[in-house]
Amino acid sequence: MAAQDDSTYEAYYVPEQSKMALCATIGLVTALIGLATAFNDMTFGEGTENTHSWLIFNLGLAFFVGTLFVWFRTTIRENRAGMNSAQLKHSYAIGMQWFIFSEVMFFAVFFGALFYVRNLVGPWLAGEGAGEMNYLLWPDFSYSWPMMETPQDSVVGGAAAQPIANNGVYTGPERDMSFPGWSNIAHWLPLWNTVILLSSSFTVHIAHLGLKQNNRAKLNLWLGITVFLGILFVSLQILEYYEAYVEYGLKLTSGIYGTTFFMLTGFHGFHVCLGMFMLLIQWLRATTAGHFTADDHFGFEASSWYWHFVDVVWVGLFLFVYIL
Amino acid sequence: MAHGPAKGLSRWLLTTNHKDIGTLYLWFSFTMFLLGGFFAMIIRAELFQPGLQLVEPEFFNQMTTMHGLVMVFGAIMPSFVGLANWMIPMMIGAPDMALPRMNNWSFWILPPTFLMLASTLFMEGGAPNFGWTFYAPLSTTYAPSTVTYFIFGVHLMGLSSIMGSINIIATVVNMRAPGMTYMKMPMFVWTWLITAFLLVAVMPVLAGLVTMMLMDVHFGTSFFSAAGGGDPVLFQHIFWFFGHPEVYIIILPGFGVVSQIIPTFSRKPLFGYDSMVYATASIAFLSFIVWAHHMYTVGMPIAGELFFMYATMLIAVPTGVKVFNWITTMWRGSLTFETPMLFAIGFVFLFTIGGFTGVMLALAPADFQYHDSYFVVAHFHYVMVAGAVFSMTAAVYYWLPKWTGKMYNESMGKAQFWVSFVGFNLTFFPQHFVGLAGMPRRIPDYALQFTDFNMMSSIGAFIYGASQLFFLFNVIRTIIAGEPVNRDKVWEGAEGLEWTVSSPPPYHTFTTPPPVK
Repeated sequence: MAAQDDSTYEAYYVPEQSKMALCATIGLVTALIGLATAFNDMTFGEGTENTHSWLIFNLGLAFFVGTLFVWFRTTIRENRAGMNSAQLKHSYAIGMQWFIFSEVMFFAVFFGALFYVRNLVGPWLAGEGAGEMNYLLWPDFSYSWPMMETPQDSVVGGAAAQPIANNGVYTGPERDMSFPGWSNIAHWLPLWNTVILLSSSFTVHIAHLGLKQNNRAKLNLWLGITVFLGILFVSLQILEYYEAYVEYGLKLTSGIYGTTFFMLTGFHGFHVCLGMFMLLIQWLRATTAGHFTADDHFGFEASSWYWHFVDVVWVGLFLFVYIL
Repeated sequence: MAHGPAKGLSRWLLTTNHKDIGTLYLWFSFTMFLLGGFFAMIIRAELFQPGLQLVEPEFFNQMTTMHGLVMVFGAIMPSFVGLANWMIPMMIGAPDMALPRMNNWSFWILPPTFLMLASTLFMEGGAPNFGWTFYAPLSTTYAPSTVTYFIFGVHLMGLSSIMGSINIIATVVNMRAPGMTYMKMPMFVWTWLITAFLLVAVMPVLAGLVTMMLMDVHFGTSFFSAAGGGDPVLFQHIFWFFGHPEVYIIILPGFGVVSQIIPTFSRKPLFGYDSMVYATASIAFLSFIVWAHHMYTVGMPIAGELFFMYATMLIAVPTGVKVFNWITTMWRGSLTFETPMLFAIGFVFLFTIGGFTGVMLALAPADFQYHDSYFVVAHFHYVMVAGAVFSMTAAVYYWLPKWTGKMYNESMGKAQFWVSFVGFNLTFFPQHFVGLAGMPRRIPDYALQFTDFNMMSSIGAFIYGASQLFFLFNVIRTIIAGEPVNRDKVWEGAEGLEWTVSSPPPYHTFTTPPPVK
């Protein structure tokens, strides 16, 4: 892009003043102050005072989401009005690519924590290698993954007889989420979710092909199927969480196994929701407003990149959280 | 497109102009610099004598924590982002930053975030008191309830930094004028491109870390609790996986500034431009594989200690390349010593001292003595203050005539340099000695034998603090009553596109790309 000469230079659109950044800030900061206060009411305080913190959170969030809606609508209108040069479109593409890279790093830290705990912390707590003095703290702890018995469980008397301070009670689960054996494979939700999410990457690609061939019916159909698969995935995950909590005794408080399981799959599920919402918007734009042309459809493209990214993360999760 | 700035407050609140946003960042960061400096003055006042005179130990801990957080995230980082906003589009011949509205958002997140963080000082339980490195379990099990506001504050800062960096990457990759190839870019642009990459890579790691804290504190997860099978040391690994690249995020733009200033006042091109680029990239790469040198004493396996020791010492190689290149640029140049040049040379000299103590700290066996002592405090203030802050001050003096069209008072500038230089060294040089002798960091009281050096340190700190007020006065005086410069090329030896536009530059520069030789 840097290699255009003067005569062909298409002016780069620098927008006029905009209230959107300020509104987005007000909404976001208000929401987070409300959320922080709400969390503190739950944990630190007695919880008797009514601080209206959830109300503040909801108002802030609504204002923030509303601002984002206006913001995206504005950029879409600018593009449709032909204000965006090829160079500006490239800026948006670069922005989305590096945003996805930052998301990759966000998941990397949770995967990193999982590997560190499984390969180093667990054996050390059980007294191996660098943790040889740990038998003083947890003499009866033996390590296995999934960790069904936490170090705290291994102490006679449990949480009450803890040798060191801790935040709370960590009781291991009754069952874990890993492969339940070939006879139960049909009831193993993560496998179905893998099939669903991998197929959705193909369906969104078919929709993209349809868009490039100017086949609107193909676009609308396959994009709709992708959104549906996303909803199916999230529904099955909700079912899975329900089973984990109610039937398996696997909770956020079940020690490091429950911690890593829920945080990794939970953040992934949140990103699936986000990606599905993005694709849903694109589907609505395509079906109701007739947006996108065969050679200009960045909103669709960025959402599908995001969707593929979410899919790749799931493959990592399926391997390292459920199978290995 | 409007041809001039809007009138009144809306110019600043709603702006999409890279120069306005740069100005906002610079003023905000200087405000934070004074706030963080005020906290530092409280710390030094308490440490003037042994015993407890002025503040409670609990409050002292809040001061060290807030000083670190405000200086790192509120003063130094935003100041360089402000510089990037002002200079990168003008240096590469771009009409503005690539994504102007997001640019405004990146800035406006910061003031309310720091207002929220500072307000914790007045909340029940007090401000965060666990140090700027907020190690678990101090920041989880034993944290004051304000830790929740701190966590969301870090999320917001991270969001601001990530958006700002994505913007810088998009600008540099996509907006260069025709003919401005990568290897023709000014060093400042190169260092910021690499810094922006580091930011996008590690700010999400920090976000993940504080999210784990949030879950441990409020939802009973056990990331950092051994009782549940987690590990407090996991916190340190993740924090320093963010934290070590972070220190290069802070210093690399400073390297860029100095690489602009030294050639100008040596009247020679930068020596070894290509090697400067490769050295910067090598430093960035190495910064990802050295994090555990901050935590030699946690009980890592010996293989880990050795790996991190050797990897850390390797960083001295590209850093040495840079220092030698700056010196060689000056070699046989026709040197003059205007204020920016004084600060740049002060940077090279003092940063090198900080680099040497860094190599000392990198030695795992020796580090068991230095760890968490005042030696560490002295080391990182040599690279943060004499590194980042000196280079930032140099940048302000260097580009202020371009930004305002008015010349600062040279004798006042030089006076400020010498007062800062003496004050800085008086503050931090003795801290090497008390640290080696065993004075731990982050304590409000100390053993009697450290008294003399601590008094010197405190006097130096007050001198350095006063020199910053003098700096503020000089800048405001320039804006109000400085001599007009009336020429595009403010400095005789300066090279680059920013010197081809008028001083002050028009509100919108390079709406069509300039020719690049």
